Amino acid sequence: MGIISRGFQGRRRGDDDRLPPGQYLVDDFPVLSTGPTPRIPLERWEFAIDTEAGQTHRWSWPELMALPQETPTVDIHCVTKWSKLGTGWQGVSLDTLFEDVESAAEYALAYSYGGYTTNLPLEDLLDGKAWIVHKFDGEELEPRHGGPARLLVPHLYLWKSAKWIHGIRLLDEDWPGFWETAGYHNYGDPWREQRYEGD
Amino acid sequence: MTAEHLDGNSLAGPLSEIFAVDVTAAVGRCASCGLTGPVAELRVYGPEPGLVARCPGCDEVVLRLVRGPGAAWLDLRGAVSLRVRLPE
Repeated sequence: MGIISRGFQGRRRGDDDRLPPGQYLVDDFPVLSTGPTPRIPLERWEFAIDTEAGQTHRWSWPELMALPQETPTVDIHCVTKWSKLGTGWQGVSLDTLFEDVESAAEYALAYSYGGYTTNLPLEDLLDGKAWIVHKFDGEELEPRHGGPARLLVPHLYLWKSAKWIHGIRLLDEDWPGFWETAGYHNYGDPWREQRYEGD
Repeated sequence: MTAEHLDGNSLAGPLSEIFAVDVTAAVGRCASCGLTGPVAELRVYGPEPGLVARCPGCDEVVLRLVRGPGAAWLDLRGAVSLRVRLPE
């Protein structure tokens, strides 16, 4: 007794280790939305980092494309309990975008075209943990999945990976975002199952 | 109206868990543009991760409702008021 066989679960070996508690695997890519899908022409698209000292760093679409590109393959976990393993993206590391940004802020608030916001500690955006991505599975990111570009922070629940990203505001104090002010957890670690406020 | 959203009648079931009256029949005023109309005419996105009801006039958020295990969170800051019909 006490020995649990993992041989008859109908999944690729090792997948279970990559599935956080309470999650199930999907092969499709569900779309969850809080409003109409924004359509942003690339010639008007802009990404900004606003520091706590009032400085703004801006990138146009061609400027973003000219930066070193990375192709992370990551597992993503939605708070509504689906997970998708081995998703392939292309984009620019936040480390690259923060290279010339001077800041002592501890908190970040990502804001999107369409008005969505989500907050996270600045350290969760750095050291190879987050990207601004514009391709999924080798194709341009579709508007319904956040195109032309979205934030990707795969170690937190996917609501932190803001679609239609427009900028990141650096703050001395934490400022809860759209879902964080409506009952969802302030941090959202899938491995600690931090779904709701108080989890 | 697009297939992206539902109408406000889809709020009736979830809100009936919280309120004794049918809130979808109440007349609300949008805090952003001032448009008034029944809650049933809001444009509702969701239901997951939560219900987001937007003004049909300006698309701003009027109401949000998240149902977790053992609790619900209701945000009405996008509504100036709700006029609820009651017996005299």
